[in-house]
Amino acid sequence: MKLVVIGNGMVGHKLLEELAGTPDLHITVLCEEPRPAYDRVHLSEFFSGKTADDLSLVSPGFFEQPNLTLKLNAKAVDIDRAAKQVVLANGERVPYDRIVLATGSYPFVPAVTGRDRDGCLVYRTIEDLEAMRDWGAKSRIGVVVGGGLLGLECAKALKDMGLDTHVVEFAPRLMTVQVDDMGGRLLRRKIEAMGVQVHTGKNTLEIVDGGGVGVGGRHAMKFADGSQLLTDMIVFSAGIRPRDELARNAGLMRGERGGILIDNLCKTSDPDIWAIGECALWQGKIFGLVAPGYDMARLVAAQVRLLPSSLGTGAGGEGLKQVPEFNGADMSTKLKLLGIDVASIGDAQGATPGSLNYLFSDDVAGIYKKLVVSSDAKTLLGAVLVGDASDYGSLLQMALNGIPLPAQPESLILPSVDGGAKGLGVDLLPATASICSCNNVSKGDLCAAIDGGATSLGALKKCTKAATSCGGCLPLVKQVLDAELKKSGVLVLNHLCEHFAHSRQALFHLVKVGGQKTFDETILAHGRGRGCDVCKPAVASILASCWNEHVLKPKHASVQDTNDYYLANIQKDGSYSVVPRIPGGEITPDKLIVIGQVAKDFGLYTKITGGQRIDLFGARVEQLPAIWGALVAAGFESGHAYGKSLRTVKSCVGSTWCRYGVQDSVTMAIRIEERYRGLRSPHKIKMAVSGCTRECAEAQSKDVGVIATEKGWNLYVAGNGGMKPRHAELLASDIDDETLIKLIDRFLMFYIRTGDRLQRTATWIENLEGGLGYVKQVVIEDSLGLCAELEADMARQVETYECEWKKAITTPETLKRFKHFVNADEADSNIQFVDERGQIRPKSALEKKPAVTP
Amino acid sequence: MTEAAHWTFICHRDDIVPNTGVAAKVGSAQVAVFRVVAPDGTEDGIFALDNFDVRSQANVLSRGLIGELSTETGPVLVVASPIYKNHLCLRSGRCLEDDAWSVKAWAVTCGDDGLIMVRAS
Ligand code: SRM
Ligand SMILES: Cc1cc2nc3c(=O)[nH]c(=O)nc-3n(C[C@H](O)[C@H](O)[C@H](O)COP(=O)(O)OP(=O)(O)OC[C@H]3O[C@@H](n4cnc5c(N)ncnc54)[C@H](O)[C@@H]3O)c2cc1C
Ligand code: SF4
Ligand code: FES
Repeated sequence: MKLVVIGNGMVGHKLLEELAGTPDLHITVLCEEPRPAYDRVHLSEFFSGKTADDLSLVSPGFFEQPNLTLKLNAKAVDIDRAAKQVVLANGERVPYDRIVLATGSYPFVPAVTGRDRDGCLVYRTIEDLEAMRDWGAKSRIGVVVGGGLLGLECAKALKDMGLDTHVVEFAPRLMTVQVDDMGGRLLRRKIEAMGVQVHTGKNTLEIVDGGGVGVGGRHAMKFADGSQLLTDMIVFSAGIRPRDELARNAGLMRGERGGILIDNLCKTSDPDIWAIGECALWQGKIFGLVAPGYDMARLVAAQVRLLPSSLGTGAGGEGLKQVPEFNGADMSTKLKLLGIDVASIGDAQGATPGSLNYLFSDDVAGIYKKLVVSSDAKTLLGAVLVGDASDYGSLLQMALNGIPLPAQPESLILPSVDGGAKGLGVDLLPATASICSCNNVSKGDLCAAIDGGATSLGALKKCTKAATSCGGCLPLVKQVLDAELKKSGVLVLNHLCEHFAHSRQALFHLVKVGGQKTFDETILAHGRGRGCDVCKPAVASILASCWNEHVLKPKHASVQDTNDYYLANIQKDGSYSVVPRIPGGEITPDKLIVIGQVAKDFGLYTKITGGQRIDLFGARVEQLPAIWGALVAAGFESGHAYGKSLRTVKSCVGSTWCRYGVQDSVTMAIRIEERYRGLRSPHKIKMAVSGCTRECAEAQSKDVGVIATEKGWNLYVAGNGGMKPRHAELLASDIDDETLIKLIDRFLMFYIRTGDRLQRTATWIENLEGGLGYVKQVVIEDSLGLCAELEADMARQVETYECEWKKAITTPETLKRFKHFVNADEADSNIQFVDERGQIRPKSALEKKPAVTP
Repeated sequence: MTEAAHWTFICHRDDIVPNTGVAAKVGSAQVAVFRVVAPDGTEDGIFALDNFDVRSQANVLSRGLIGELSTETGPVLVVASPIYKNHLCLRSGRCLEDDAWSVKAWAVTCGDDGLIMVRAS
C-alpha cells in the first residue's frame, strides 16, 4: 500500500514515527523545505546558539529505512484524484493509495501597503530566523507586529539580539486569546519594565521609507491614529493561516475562512485523504499547538495500520474496526515570555454562562491569578496566571479531571502564608490523568516507568518522553516521581550515603550555618557512624568550598581521596601524574624548557593533554615534592588536575594574532583561570574562551564558555563533553568584562551551593526545576536576593587562594607523607617501566612477572 | 627462635594520621597499616592488610580511604582501594564486592607505649 505524506513538519513527522516498521507499507514523504522535520516549538533557541542540526526531530538513520522515501525541496502542487497521483512542482508524479496532508500553516501578514519592503520578515522556519539574524545584525530598532504568544516570543528574540524592541498590537491588550484584561495589563507592565515598548490599539496602515540613513529608521510605520513609529526591521507575527492551497486545487472541502475540513477520524471530503496538524479544520477550529496535531497523527497512524496491504482503488470504506476518534483538544498553555511566567487554562475568559471568578492580584510582587469556576463553585473551568505560574500543573489537572474544588477555592491562588502545602497533591490524580499532553503521557505511564526502574528525572524523561517537548509539564512530572518514590519506600535518592541522610545541597547549607570545620564535627552534628569513601570526599569538598582551608591540613588528611592527599592523579600502577597549570594554554619557551628538563631529570613520560597543558606521568610518591620543587621554583603552580575543581580554561589565539578575532580571548582566559583556580566544587569545572564565533576553543562544550562578540562577550553555561555531551546554553549576551566576571562568579557559586555530589553543571541544570530560565532568574534577575552573597563568597575564595603545591613543599609536616614506606627509604619495586617510542610506559603484568616472583 | 622474633616494628601510633594508613616493609612483603579513630576521638585500633591490591595489581591499599559500611552481618570497617574503589574489610581482608579480590590480614599489635608491631609470617 502506497502512502504519500505531504509536509514533513512536526505533525507529519510524528505520523512517520508512529508508522515506522509497519509491514507492507511504502511511504513517500514530500517535504517542501530544504531539510526534514525540526522542532518548531523550540525554534527561538536558534538564537541562543542551537543549530538546525540541534533542532532536528529526525533520529539518526530514520530516513534510511527501506520503506521510506524522503524527497526534500519537493513541493506538491496538485492532487490528480482521478489518476491517484500527487503532482510535484517539478512536474514529477507520485502515485498513491492514500494521502495524509500535513502542510501546516503560514504566517499571516496583514494587507498593509509596504509589507514587502526589505527587512519585513516573518517567523516560522529556520530560513526566516536566519533572515532575522542577518537583519538584526544591521539594525538598531526592531518591531514585532502582533502581541500574541508568538509575537512576544519573537520580541524576546529581538531583545536578545540587542535591538530597541517594540510590539505593535491591534487589539487593546496583549495575548487576547489567553489572558483577561487585568492579566494583560500586568503582563504589559512587566514587559515594558524590561525595556520592550508596547503599543496596543494600533492599526498599521502602511509602511513607508523612514528616511533614516543607515541604522535607526529605515522604515516608518504609519498608524490609523495618525502616529508613526520608526524602525529598521519588522517581523509580522499576527497569527497563522492554514496551508490549504493543495486542497483547494484538488477540490477538497474547506472552511469559510480556510482550513481543510476533517471529521473525527481526520478524513477530508475525499475518504482516501486525511489532513492533520495546523492545516486541518475540525468543527470550525484550527489548533495552533503541537499537542492536538500529535493526537491527530496518532489516530491516523492507527487507521493506516489497519488497512489491508493491497488496496484496490476506490476501496473507500475499509470497514474500520474500532479506532480512536479526535474529540478536540485542550488549549491550555504555559509559557515563559521574556522571563515572565504566563499561563492560561481552559475557559480563561469566563465564557461559560454563570461562571464565577476568584481573583488575586499583587501589584508589588507583580502577580495576578484568576480562577474561573462553575456557578456552584464546585469545579474549576479555567484560570489565568501571570507572574507566577507554579500552580499551572495542578490547576490544569484539576480542570481536566474534574477534581472537586476544595471548600475554599481561593486557597488555590492565595499565597501560602505559613509555607504550608496547598493545591492538589499528585496522589489525587487518577492514573489516566494526562500529565504530558505534548507526548501523551499519563500519570499511569509515568508510574509504570518508575516501577520499571526509571527513578531519576533524566531516566524518566528518556523512557517516557514526558517533558521533552514544551517542558511545561516538568514540575508535575517531578512531583509524580517524588511521590512514587516516597510511596515505594525507595530511599530518597539524594541522600549522600548511609552516613548522611541529606543531599549534598542540604548538607552544604547545614555546614555553612552550623560552622563545622572538620569531617568529624560534621558527621557528629549532621550524620551518623564513621563515614565512608563516598561522604568523606564530598564533605571535604563542601568544607573547602565553605571555608577554603588548605586541603593538606592534617585535620582534613583522612577524608581526602588519594589524588587530593598527594595532590596528584594516581595511575593504574600506583604511580602519579603531575600537571602544572598553564593558564589559557599560553606558555613561554623558557617554561616549556623547564617542563622538558624536569621530565628528563625524573625520567617522566610527557604528553600534551586535551586541556591545552602538559601532563608528566610515572612519578612515584617520594619523587613528587622534588618534582614540584623544581616546577614551583620556575614559577609554575598546581594545575588541580587531581581536584574536583577548576581544570583548565581553554583559549583560542584571539584578536591578538588571528585575523578574525574580535576580542582578546587569551587575556580573558588567563584572567578567568587565575580567578577560579583552586575553587572546589561538586565536580570538576571546565571553561573556554573563544575570540569570535568560529569558536576554536570549543567553549560551547564547557561548564562555562565565553565567546567574543563585536560588542563584548556571550556567556554560555552548563556544557559538557565526556560521556554524555551537551551543548552549553546562552546565559547572557554582549556583556562587558566586568559583567562577565560577575555572572560567572554568581553562576559558579550557585552551582557549588546546590549541585549534587559528582554532578557536573550539565546534569545539574537538567535536573534543576526550571532549568536555564531559573538560573537566569537567580543569577541575573536576582530573584532569590542571593547575588550579593554569591559574589562575596567568591571574593573570599579568590582572596584566600594559595597554591597547594607551594604550600606543601614548604611544610615539613606535609612532606612526611610523601614516602612509600613508613619504615624504610625504598621505592615501590612494583612500579616498573619499559621504553616505548623513546619514553617510559608502565610494564604490563606479563612483562613484570619474572621480576616479582623470581 | 622466640615468638618475639616474628614481630616487626613498624612505627609509633602517632606517626599515622588518624584514619589513614601507611605502607611498611615486613621482610620482603608490603603491609598496609591503618589507624582508626572514631569521630568522637576514641581510638578504635590498628589494622594491617596486604598493601597489594589484587584488583589493580598495584601496591596502593595504604592510600585508601577508611570507612564503615553496613552489611548483612552488621557494620564493617573497610578501606576503599584508591584505584577502583573495591572495599576490603580491615579485620579480615575480605573484599565486599568479590571474594577473588580479598587480601591477607596481618596480625598487628599496639601496646600502651604506642609501638606498632606486625607479625611476619
Ligand atoms: C590527561 C587527560 C587526557 C589527555 O591525555 O589528554 C585526561 C585524563 C583523565 N581524565 Fe579526562 N582527561 C583529559 C581531558 C578530558 C576532556 C577534554 C577537555 O577537558 O577538553 C574531557 C571531556 C570534556 C569534559 O569533561 O566535559 C574529559 C572527560 C573526562 C571524564 C568524563 C566527564 C564527564 O562529565 O562525562 C572523566 C571521568 C570523571 O571525571 O568522572 C575523566 C577523567 C579523567 C581521569 C582523571 C581518569 C582518572 O580518574 O584517572 C584521567 C586522569 C589522568 C591524569 O592522571 O592526569 N575525564 N577529559 C586530559 C587532561 C586535560 C587537562 O589538562 O587537565
Ligand atoms: C516560533 C514558534 C513557536 C511555537 N511555540 C509553540 C509552543 O510553545 N507550543 C506549541 O504547542 N506549539 C508551538 N508552535 C506551533 C507549532 O510549531 C505548530 O503547532 C506545529 O509545528 C504544527 O505542525 P504541522 O506539522 O502541522 O505544521 P508545520 O510544522 O508547519 O509543518 C508543515 C510542513 O509542511 C510543508 N508543506 C506545506 N505545504 C507543502 C506542500 N504543498 N508540499 C510539501 N510540503 C509542504 C511546510 O513547508 C512545512 O515544513 C510554535 C510555532 C512557532 C513558529
Ligand atoms: S579518555 Fe579515558 S583513558 Fe583516555 S584519558 Fe580520559 S579517562 Fe583516561
Ligand atoms: S506537556 Fe509539553 S513536554 Fe510535556
